[in-house]
Amino acid sequence: MPNKKRIYYFDHAATTYVDLQVKKVMEPFWCTKFANPSALYASALEVNGVLNDARRSVAQILQALPDNIIFTGGGTESDNLAVLGIARKHKLHGRHIITTKIEHHAVLHSVEQLKNEGFEVTYLEPDSQGFISPKRVFAAIRTNTILVSIMYANNEIGTVEPIADVGKEILKYRKINNTIYPYFHTDACQAAGVLELSVEKLHVDLMTLNGSKIYGPKGVGVLYKRRGAEIQPLIFGGGQEMNLRSGTENIPGIVGLAKALELAQENRLDENMRLVDLRNYFWEQVYKKIEKVRLNGPDLGNESVRLPNNLNFSILDIEGEALLLYLDAKGICCSTGSACTSTSLEPSHVLLACGLPYEYAHGSLRFTLGHCNTKADIDYVMKYLPGIVKRLREISPINLQFDPKKNTHAKIHQR
Amino acid sequence: MSKIQKQTIHGRDGSGTAWLYSDIVKEHFFNPKNLLINGQEENYQADGMGRVGSPACGDEMVIWIKVDKKTEKIKECKWQTFGCGSAIASTSMLSVMVTEKGGMTLEKALKIKPQDIMKRLGGLPVRKIHCSVLGDKALRAAINDYFRSTGQHSRIITEGAKIVDEKLKITDHDIEEAVLEGAKTLVDVQKRLKVGVATPEAIPEIEQLIRFYSEKYYGT
Repeated sequence: MPNKKRIYYFDHAATTYVDLQVKKVMEPFWCTKFANPSALYASALEVNGVLNDARRSVAQILQALPDNIIFTGGGTESDNLAVLGIARKHKLHGRHIITTKIEHHAVLHSVEQLKNEGFEVTYLEPDSQGFISPKRVFAAIRTNTILVSIMYANNEIGTVEPIADVGKEILKYRKINNTIYPYFHTDACQAAGVLELSVEKLHVDLMTLNGSKIYGPKGVGVLYKRRGAEIQPLIFGGGQEMNLRSGTENIPGIVGLAKALELAQENRLDENMRLVDLRNYFWEQVYKKIEKVRLNGPDLGNESVRLPNNLNFSILDIEGEALLLYLDAKGICCSTGSACTSTSLEPSHVLLACGLPYEYAHGSLRFTLGHCNTKADIDYVMKYLPGIVKRLREISPINLQFDPKKNTHAKIHQR
Repeated sequence: MSKIQKQTIHGRDGSGTAWLYSDIVKEHFFNPKNLLINGQEENYQADGMGRVGSPACGDEMVIWIKVDKKTEKIKECKWQTFGCGSAIASTSMLSVMVTEKGGMTLEKALKIKPQDIMKRLGGLPVRKIHCSVLGDKALRAAINDYFRSTGQHSRIITEGAKIVDEKLKITDHDIEEAVLEGAKTLVDVQKRLKVGVATPEAIPEIEQLIRFYSEKYYGT
């Protein structure tokens, strides 16, 4: 990782640096092998071959067919293409969509748009740790439901959703009712480097991936789309990507994404174990050295319940942005669910959906670990964090009563 | 944490453009002036105390003042703030403004506006102003408290405008201003003011005000 003045990077769920092996495989496609893969001369055919290799490589990891793989301009575009694409293509069958309150905005704002176009949306509530119940998905399906979109793993609190079980419930519904609906989409951007991505085992019809969370390049993503699940494109033009995503292919990006996904999946089990240990050590230290802290999201466990690299906790009586700025002054990068860093002035929709009171959400911090982090980095954070908390508590007039076991809080503090 | 931090602090406003805090903001944020450390307020003999906001809204400020009874100048202004960088910095700056040069008269202090604090801070990101500069409201509450405790009830100023959100001390003038700035719905207004977040019972009145001002200015 590049470092002039040493920074301590704990925001891998926001984005990652590009792995040097990934950078290396991208290198020839900037200035040397730059031809448009749609052209007919030899150098273009070579690039076209590289594009197909990348498609095959991604398909293999997903246990899918190469023509199931659509390369896009990133995770947001893939989510938009899945949600808007299915809805607009199948609106004559029905105009009802099911999603959750804790999705990424790429999904939430897409379904908001669909509401303007006359669709109805059911937002499933998570439990206090962010889990969505497969049974409740089944119960929410109506005869006019055309799409269910549920993320594989949550970016803020790391909850790993039971996607395979949701998939089974949807298959069950289709079988009982003898229908092809609803389609099932999952946003797997956060899960891609951590969890198994077999679409066969997950029973998904569409799946979003992107490069910038798995040590690959930014501005490139994948939408897996099962053969037979028809979608309407968002971008029209030269007919690239099976007519579903026009525009000259971002070859360096696609090659980089394919390599990054390959590396991530190859190393994920060892890396998961390392990150679980580090993350758990981090939380032990926080819990030991700082009073009035509360873990947000699932109990710390392995990657089947919570992303191994995710630590999200609330520090009471102080506000997240202020914490972030003091940490930044020490070269520490992390993020918060506080309203002050959002554009809406509302705190994290994910924490609120999990039943966290506003004042807890305002004081939340998220650390997401990655390749570059070591135990020494965590010790560095713990050298400063308790002092910063003490300082901000001196400045603050708040003294909340605190029960760490409770999710909710005395009524007067609630909305 | 003793030096002014050189790093720039980035964020993004609603229109997607970047903002950053000025060096003055950072100085007051990292080295707050006139702070009354949490726990010491019980031993502090203030002449007046004012509190606005709530932790649920993301900002709460408390201001204590000591007043020279003869000259009516503010001798001391102490504070505590729960909130983001600009909330802490703006309260700190306000405390400096009312105590510098021998202290500000109550009459003048009552007239301080968020814009005055902002100017002294070298500006703030636009979307931070309404939510984080609550110090002037807390100061007016503290001065009223002083009037009350010294039996000068006739001098207590109920804000010229009507308060619609008790927790944030947001008035109908604030709503009017938000509508003039282009807010059309409750959500729009809340994006600017967070009004009604801690006091949902105020929402019907707020919605009524939005309709009233929309009709007044836009005829819709």
